[in-house]
Amino acid sequence: MVLLSGKIISARDASLKRVVEGLKRGEELPFRLDGQTLYYMGPTPSRPGRAIGSAGPTTSSRMDGYTETLLEQGLKCTIGKGGRSMRLKEKMQECKSVYFAVVGGTGALVSRCISRAEVVAYPDLGAEAVFELEVHNLPAVVINDIYGNDLYVQGRAAYQIK
Amino acid sequence: MRSIECRTITGTVASLFEKACIYLPADVTSSLRRARKSEESRLGLYALDTILSNIKAAGEDNVPICQDTGTAVVFLELGQDARIVGGSLDECVNEGVRTGYRNGYLRQSIVSQPFSKRKNTCDNTPAVIHLDMVGGDRLKISALAKGGGAENCSRLTVLPPSAGYRGIVDYVVSIISECGANACPPLIIGVGIGGTVEKTMLLAKRSLLRKTGMSNRDPETAGLERKILSEVNKLGIGPMGYGGRVTALAVHVETFPCHIASLPVAVNMQCWCSRHNEATI
Repeated sequence: MVLLSGKIISARDASLKRVVEGLKRGEELPFRLDGQTLYYMGPTPSRPGRAIGSAGPTTSSRMDGYTETLLEQGLKCTIGKGGRSMRLKEKMQECKSVYFAVVGGTGALVSRCISRAEVVAYPDLGAEAVFELEVHNLPAVVINDIYGNDLYVQGRAAYQIK
Repeated sequence: MRSIECRTITGTVASLFEKACIYLPADVTSSLRRARKSEESRLGLYALDTILSNIKAAGEDNVPICQDTGTAVVFLELGQDARIVGGSLDECVNEGVRTGYRNGYLRQSIVSQPFSKRKNTCDNTPAVIHLDMVGGDRLKISALAKGGGAENCSRLTVLPPSAGYRGIVDYVVSIISECGANACPPLIIGVGIGGTVEKTMLLAKRSLLRKTGMSNRDPETAGLERKILSEVNKLGIGPMGYGGRVTALAVHVETFPCHIASLPVAVNMQCWCSRHNEATI
């Protein structure tokens, strides 16, 4: 268990598709990827007076293909929920990149950990736009560390009844 | 003939979705609290406690429980002695979804043209509407905000009739085993058995409207529900897939007669955040 604080970016299916297509065309991105932390998330609209709406994690595995390209650009950490492909797990280990999970469906609590949210790319995508977020003590669980451990595999094995 | 005004339907649908996305049905919360008592894993308990704190936070802050406020699925049971006045039934339901998602600050998650443009419709319509004609002169509306992550883990097959009871148990357990943490466990597993392929998935979906853990009225079907639940909870996946005893909160099975050659089985997966609400006009 860790508490994450600082600036991170959020993106998901449609925005990551654009990011990766842009990189392939050699375009400059409106945000930094080297050393970056990426949260797979698309929030609900924020009520007046709040930084952001409900902001829990989405299923990470849909983003495995895009993430491979981003890791090559120096992406350091990803945050989401659910397992990753074997291929991506190997790539994460090779790039010394950590994967964290936030408890799925807990967007109201996560919202309390975000003090600022700003769209930094693709505003036309609505909830799927790329946001820069300022997070404070966001609770997360380490799923894949840089040594090849996988909590989903190990946790399940410990409690499976054959 | 009793008249039901379209604007009443619109207002009801809007309010059902707004409330469903912020306040979880009491039976779901109680079931999560009970799960806490049978969970042994430290991280499993952490996940359950976080889920319970989140349910409280959503109500306190007036923020949706989960950011995926779903596809708006609407079940209508329309009494044959009622008459809809002031517009079309389909349009007034969609207007209700539009209004509820806007006023409730719920996420717009629907894209048009699913395989190419995928452009957001920006009002969460169209809703998926299921209409049944029933006796009487009332309209019962059940609103289900169905998140994408769990829906993506739903599956359907047609088993040979010889597969029988064991074949069904093995099939359902294999789906849960395969989807693991992705569907946000602890799950509520909707299972449809029988009918035709579209009928069986509809049975599975409709079963999700039941109170969590309420058994099927048929004792044999209730026994099958208990058997699947016990097998699923041996998988070790646990809350959020962190490892643990509680992978599912409940299994709801609905059945329908079927063809002599077929045994259709559908699994409609529901994450712990089972958001539904109903009203009768």
